[in-house]
Amino acid sequence: MLSDFLHMGGYAGYVWSSFGLTAAVLLLNLAGARRQFKQRLAFVRQRAAAEDQT
Amino acid sequence: MWKLFHQFGSPPHFYRLAGHLIPWFGGAALVLILVATYGGLVLAPADYQQGDGFRIIYVHVPSASMSLFAYTLMAVAAGTGLIWRIKLAHAVAAAVAPIGASFTFLALATGSIWGKPMWGTWWAWDARLTSELILLFLFLGYMSLRAAYDDTGKADRASGLLAVVGVVNVPIIHYSVVWWNSLHQGATIIKLGKPAITGDMLWPLLTMLAGFGCYFATVLMIRTRSQVLQRERNSRWLMDL
Repeated sequence: MLSDFLHMGGYAGYVWSSFGLTAAVLLLNLAGARRQFKQRLAFVRQRAAAEDQT
Repeated sequence: MWKLFHQFGSPPHFYRLAGHLIPWFGGAALVLILVATYGGLVLAPADYQQGDGFRIIYVHVPSASMSLFAYTLMAVAAGTGLIWRIKLAHAVAAAVAPIGASFTFLALATGSIWGKPMWGTWWAWDARLTSELILLFLFLGYMSLRAAYDDTGKADRASGLLAVVGVVNVPIIHYSVVWWNSLHQGATIIKLGKPAITGDMLWPLLTMLAGFGCYFATVLMIRTRSQVLQRERNSRWLMDL
């Protein structure tokens, strides 16, 4: 039953690689966006803290 | 009305509003995509011609639709920024580009993977495929053009012009299967009359489309917030974050 599902009627390589690639690209794009946001927010906060001291 | 318009274009207001909306859209995207994946891979019946190979449609068509939607949004945002000089509009356009490029890449890659077993080739220089490849180059060109300028204002104007001019490619892609003899099959959902697909195959497709839309909105808001942080780095309101 499960092996039938994984086999995808002979199209396993095509179907799974399409879904896997899509998941990978969408997750990478999300991770990249979040990393960039966190970096810039940290930069802004650092500067605000530095300005408070002077 | 004018106040609303003004508020919408105000970076601090957008920054706060997007901060509240991101978790909701992100959560909706996750649920919709998981349900659609289960529906598409497990519940939908195999196609009578393509067997289980047709299931690639559930990632291919939503990616391709989102790539066209993303480009249209980028061109409208860039045009709005150019005409009314709204900085937030340029920020949105700049934030769309990497997401649009990802969806375009996915449309091309999954199309290629689908083409191999069904058409017997990974690639053909056919109208639909070629115009979609040009879309990828437009996104990449837009991003490299932006990267070439140190000055954000100049980058906005130059890249905005490219985005607006390039929008002619969008209807060309959509109608390419009608205007030219194409290896690619015709439209499945957006066509005159009924969609060319049965209900139990259609609902996971529409659900995936909604999920990709929510994903797009989520990442777009995150990237636009990064743009705002970068562009407003000398503004007072940022000091209180």
